[in-house]
Amino acid sequence: MIRTLWLRFIDKIDAPLFALAFALLLLGIITLASAAHETPSRVAGQAASILVALGVMWAVAQFQPQTLMRFALPTYALGLALLVAVALFGDVVNGARRWLNVGLTRIQPSEIMKIAMPLMLAWYFHKHEATLRLRDYFVASLLLAAPVLLIARQPDLGTALLVTAAGFYVIFLAGLAWKILIGLALAACASLPFLWSLMHDYQRRRILTLLDPTSDPLGAGYHIIQSVIAVGSGGLAGKGWLKGTQAHLEFIPERSTDFIFAVFSEEFGLIGNCLLLLLYLLLIGRGLTIAANAPTFFARLLAGSVTLTFFTYVFVNVGMVSGILPVVGVPLPLVSFGGTALVTLFLGIGILMSIHRHRKLVQT
Amino acid sequence: MHLAEFKDHQRELYFFQLRIGIAGIFVLAAFSLLLVRLVYLQVLQYDYYRTKAEDNRISIVPIMPNRGLILDRSGTVLARNYSAYTLEIFPGKVADLEKTIDELAAIIEIRASDRTRFKRLRIEAKGADSLPIRTRLSDEEVAKFAVNRYRFPGVDIQARLFRQYPLNELASHLVGYIGRINERDVQHIEDADLTANYKGTDHIGKTGLEQSYESELHGITGYEQVEVDSGGRGVRTLSRTSPTSGNNLVMTLDIRLQQVAEKAFGENRGALVAIEPATGGILAFVSKPGFDPNLFVDGIDPASWELLNTSPDRPMVNRALAGTYPPGSTFKPYLALGALELGKRTPQQTIHDPGFFQFGNHRFRDDKVGGHGTVDMYKSIVVSCDTYYYVLGNDLGIDNIARIIGQFGFGAKTGIDVEGEATGVLPSQEWKRKRFRKPEQQKWYAGETISIAIGQGYNAYTPLQMAQAMAAIANNGVIYRPHLVNYIENIRSGERALVEPKVARDLKLKPEHIEFIKRALAGVNTEGTGARAFAKAEYTSAGKTGTAQVVALKQNEKYDEKRVAERHRDHALFIAFAPLESPKIALAVVVENAGFGARAAAPVARQVLDYYLLGKRIDKPAAEVPGDDDDD
Repeated sequence: MIRTLWLRFIDKIDAPLFALAFALLLLGIITLASAAHETPSRVAGQAASILVALGVMWAVAQFQPQTLMRFALPTYALGLALLVAVALFGDVVNGARRWLNVGLTRIQPSEIMKIAMPLMLAWYFHKHEATLRLRDYFVASLLLAAPVLLIARQPDLGTALLVTAAGFYVIFLAGLAWKILIGLALAACASLPFLWSLMHDYQRRRILTLLDPTSDPLGAGYHIIQSVIAVGSGGLAGKGWLKGTQAHLEFIPERSTDFIFAVFSEEFGLIGNCLLLLLYLLLIGRGLTIAANAPTFFARLLAGSVTLTFFTYVFVNVGMVSGILPVVGVPLPLVSFGGTALVTLFLGIGILMSIHRHRKLVQT
Repeated sequence: MHLAEFKDHQRELYFFQLRIGIAGIFVLAAFSLLLVRLVYLQVLQYDYYRTKAEDNRISIVPIMPNRGLILDRSGTVLARNYSAYTLEIFPGKVADLEKTIDELAAIIEIRASDRTRFKRLRIEAKGADSLPIRTRLSDEEVAKFAVNRYRFPGVDIQARLFRQYPLNELASHLVGYIGRINERDVQHIEDADLTANYKGTDHIGKTGLEQSYESELHGITGYEQVEVDSGGRGVRTLSRTSPTSGNNLVMTLDIRLQQVAEKAFGENRGALVAIEPATGGILAFVSKPGFDPNLFVDGIDPASWELLNTSPDRPMVNRALAGTYPPGSTFKPYLALGALELGKRTPQQTIHDPGFFQFGNHRFRDDKVGGHGTVDMYKSIVVSCDTYYYVLGNDLGIDNIARIIGQFGFGAKTGIDVEGEATGVLPSQEWKRKRFRKPEQQKWYAGETISIAIGQGYNAYTPLQMAQAMAAIANNGVIYRPHLVNYIENIRSGERALVEPKVARDLKLKPEHIEFIKRALAGVNTEGTGARAFAKAEYTSAGKTGTAQVVALKQNEKYDEKRVAERHRDHALFIAFAPLESPKIALAVVVENAGFGARAAAPVARQVLDYYLLGKRIDKPAAEVPGDDDDD
């Protein structure tokens, strides 16, 4: 009886996906315990967030993809409305207008867009599946551009990047012609100077600093210099858990959130990094497999986009911490401290599970 | 299911899976890039970054030793240390200094003078890691900053030892002061190969004993290996090498005597040096006006500095050490003694003094109109007869005078244990040749010798030299090198390194000559120019008054004290020792622009001798004694 209930309970849970995510969560908690040794409450807080996020994942996994499709337009519209509201009445924290005060708590509407965007575009392409024309890609681009511009204006470069990626992956997987893709890439390169002129000073500085961190060792280059030292000094086997000097002597800024990879790298070395990257690679591979085998156009696009967005998190974060990408606010998925990101990420994993477990139901 | 539709689906799925495959390859490529980067950092560059991390972690923090104290002979503290909190900025770790200071000012009071001082320190103390923006924080201010510390990387509270001079102006020139190490000091430290020992030290002795005994006072710097965070703040101490405190200086100075002497000057400018003849130990070393050495410790504010530096009273000059004055009639006993030794005079030889000495067509006047009549050597000293010395000087010639006077240490550095001593001027033919460039100026004129013989003209000696010469007479011709430090005390071991009295020179004077001069000097205080000042003295003493001309008088012009501007008035001088039979103290007093030595300088000497020999406390300066016998 209990066994049956349990089987019913875990019926929609994809075991490989869950095992990989769980392993990453475990590594995250271990690293966080070291990174946040001065604020142990963060570990407990993260554990609580994990429970909530797993709950969200379970719940989402129960939905049929068709149900998810119905959420697409409303979530997108809500997200866009909230972004406009933030632009108009948002609270300014650390010089950026990202938060919206909704009485009890403050929410970050840009976070909603990370899920709403692929949902919306996947739904849009699915609806026009039979008659896909260039016009549809153009509309999709507009649907993508509007929230991205609002997010970039806040300014929140990291989230803007992730939302753009999520949207772009849908468009790419929907089959946008290669020649247009190449044209877009060229156009993007051409518009770099224009983008540069739109950037805030601190954003420009971060990019310049990436080229030569030593030019400003006490200013913008500090993050990069210190995190690269942390990574490099980890060596092959690392300094050992709780023994990272860069981390424990507070040389690494944001060490429990965006720069947690530096702490991990320092303490577990290249061997640890290989394990971590392997786990990510397997998780992404599982996600792409789910996408490839998904029954509907919507499900494929959504699963593909969610998975590739997850990859984008990893690549941008590790690239930033190891000094090959500019510093943007992107967490290391499932490892960095922070409840909101965790919920968003498990929402995505829940979607993947939903798609995977319901694939036969649609087919027949 | 329709076949065409199925085929279409198959085709669509194929294209999708192709794109997923391409995405997968992209993911693999991106991860490979990350892996390459990580291998580069963690394997190829491992040594480099490991060293970097080590450097990040451990910093060597110097621990300043406690600076030695300066005490008088009976243990009264003249320079000590106290601990206080300062708010310090590490300029290298602060991006925008002005902004940081502005923000600090919102929490803790920072005055305009603090800012200007900080700016000056920035320029002067270039090598320093941190510079104080505020000193002597209150507990409340410390707490206020502590709460806001996280907002100010590169700013921190430091507990520092401050130098304090509890007696303020008293003996200020002698003790001197410490100040921030400037570029010139850094050069000195480097030249002496002491750079390591001065890490963490930001103050150094600038004048007086603080400067001269820097190597004793400073101590040996200790070190601490500290784990620091990125803000440069210590997290954990790994090892510690304790510093060794500097040694204490115990002076020969009697601070109560010093106080009596300084008080005796009242508002007058001048100098006094008192020496223990049998050892050369300095008992009092006065230069008036003084200054408050405490002003200099944190870096003096520009307004006070301006005031001290531009004051016509020149309070920063140590007059006893670096001031030079013509000795006036205090010159006479030395010249007389020299004449006896050379056999140029006997005590009994007399001259007739008509009140002047005619040299060619120039008439050298004596102060006493109509002259002193028949004058022998004893009387020449007791009544301070100028004519006697005009004649004697003329007979001796300038080079003999220079030889005689030079023996007593005039015109040469005494070698006292404090820096900044002036040489003075011992006039001679050779000196003049070297001093001037034009041939007509280089020639010595016989007429010049006449005024040299009464201690005027080119003569210029420090009060220290005058006191040393007096001590030489008191000590029967044996000159001890004057010294200020009695012993140096190692506070750890309690070991005391005594400064042994050192004979600089034994003049090997004939006892009958020295006895005669002593008797004449005693006569000055009993029946001569010093008699009024030493009336009813309860001890025997020897003395000699002197008046040094500041402006040369024209021929036949009588010096009129009231008509001459204050700064051009004569300096009053007095030299003395007591008791006559077994001298315990010898001294020289110069009171600037105070007129006759008997009236202005002798009473100062009397108060000092009274205090030293009788223990009399003199609380108010003695009233000026008007006299009609001021004819030295």
